[in-house]
Amino acid sequence: MSVNGRYSRQELFSPIGVEGQQQIMDKHVLVIGAGALGTGSAEALVRAGVGKLTIVDRDYVEWSNLQRQQLYVEADAEERIPKAAAAEKRLKQINSEVVIEAKIMDVSIAEIEDLVIGVDLIMDATDNFDTRMTINDISQKAGIPWIYGACVSSYGISYTVLPGETPCLNCLMETVPMGGMTCDTAGIISPAVQMVVAYQTSEALKILSGDTAAIRRKLVSFDLWRNQHAAINVEKMKKPGCLSCGEKPEYPYLNTDNQTKTAVLCGRDTVQIRPPERQDLNLESTAGLLAKQGGKVVKNDFLLSFTAGEQRLVVFQDGRVLVHGTKDISEARKLYHRYLG
Amino acid sequence: MELIVNGDKIEVPGSVSTVTNLLEHFDIDKKVVIVEVNGDILEKDNHQERKISDGDKIELVHFVGGG
Ligand SMILES: [Zn+2]
Repeated sequence: MSVNGRYSRQELFSPIGVEGQQQIMDKHVLVIGAGALGTGSAEALVRAGVGKLTIVDRDYVEWSNLQRQQLYVEADAEERIPKAAAAEKRLKQINSEVVIEAKIMDVSIAEIEDLVIGVDLIMDATDNFDTRMTINDISQKAGIPWIYGACVSSYGISYTVLPGETPCLNCLMETVPMGGMTCDTAGIISPAVQMVVAYQTSEALKILSGDTAAIRRKLVSFDLWRNQHAAINVEKMKKPGCLSCGEKPEYPYLNTDNQTKTAVLCGRDTVQIRPPERQDLNLESTAGLLAKQGGKVVKNDFLLSFTAGEQRLVVFQDGRVLVHGTKDISEARKLYHRYLG
Repeated sequence: MELIVNGDKIEVPGSVSTVTNLLEHFDIDKKVVIVEVNGDILEKDNHQERKISDGDKIELVHFVGGG
């Protein structure tokens, strides 16, 4: 039992109990993405007393996030604090007993292999299918369950993938939607986020406390504005020839040949450019170099923001650059090379 | 024609005769959708030819990417 009764209500909930709580406290969860879903899931799991939580994100806090991204406050947007750093600060205030690890990085193949070491569960809080398919493959390869969640407008969807048992996301989707569909521009209301978070974190508590019999085997979706709900039992969709979870897996989404170095950020008019190798920039001297080329440079401990005319570039310590004001990858590359060589 | 879609009784125009028509009717034909008709999940290749008829119980779940 927890000393101060911190987890007493969860322990009184009989499917979890004192034993289940002990199990939860021994587990390590990886949350990929610290946007709406990621902040919701991370807060719920940290309050629930998970042993260790790693949260990873590539972006920084903006004003438009505050309507639904529950760990952030105005100062985070004002100062453009990276989401992972802002989330870490708040999560540590919420529960100092949990080991919180925050990583400011873009998650692709090279990163994910390291991130999943020692992890018991992966929570999907990304905003694109490229990353989800990478999560899906590493989940199969490393034998770690993951929970898909996504939402747009008043609609949401969730599904739990248990390696060796359930169909995987590749079985269900067959094709990864590229371009248009990956970026939802229809807006979102926060209850849709909260509903997906509720589905995802309920499943997480079942897995973490060891009650796998209680896991929902259905793909579930809802629309809170249109008052709709759907659930489909997809067990029969498991494909023996699936390249991710089938008899002869090839993990196609862990193949670095298929990896992109640039990505258009969803609904953001922003292109991310990754250098070939992860860097450890001295932001001070980079700021100096940029200032010499004209324009205004603003810096915090994690990143710098460079504005020249209509254009704005945000440079992270790991060498990644967000080029704002364009969705055009070649235009973004041009700006990147003009200012950063 | 009357259908039961995701648990709700709905009226669709007579021009809706296949699963593909139905997905177009709901404006989700460009998305990845899992379709269950009277308890059976359809293969994606069969959406075009699969006829729907009055009283069918249909579950539709489409994938979205936001988060
Ligand atoms: Zn599969």
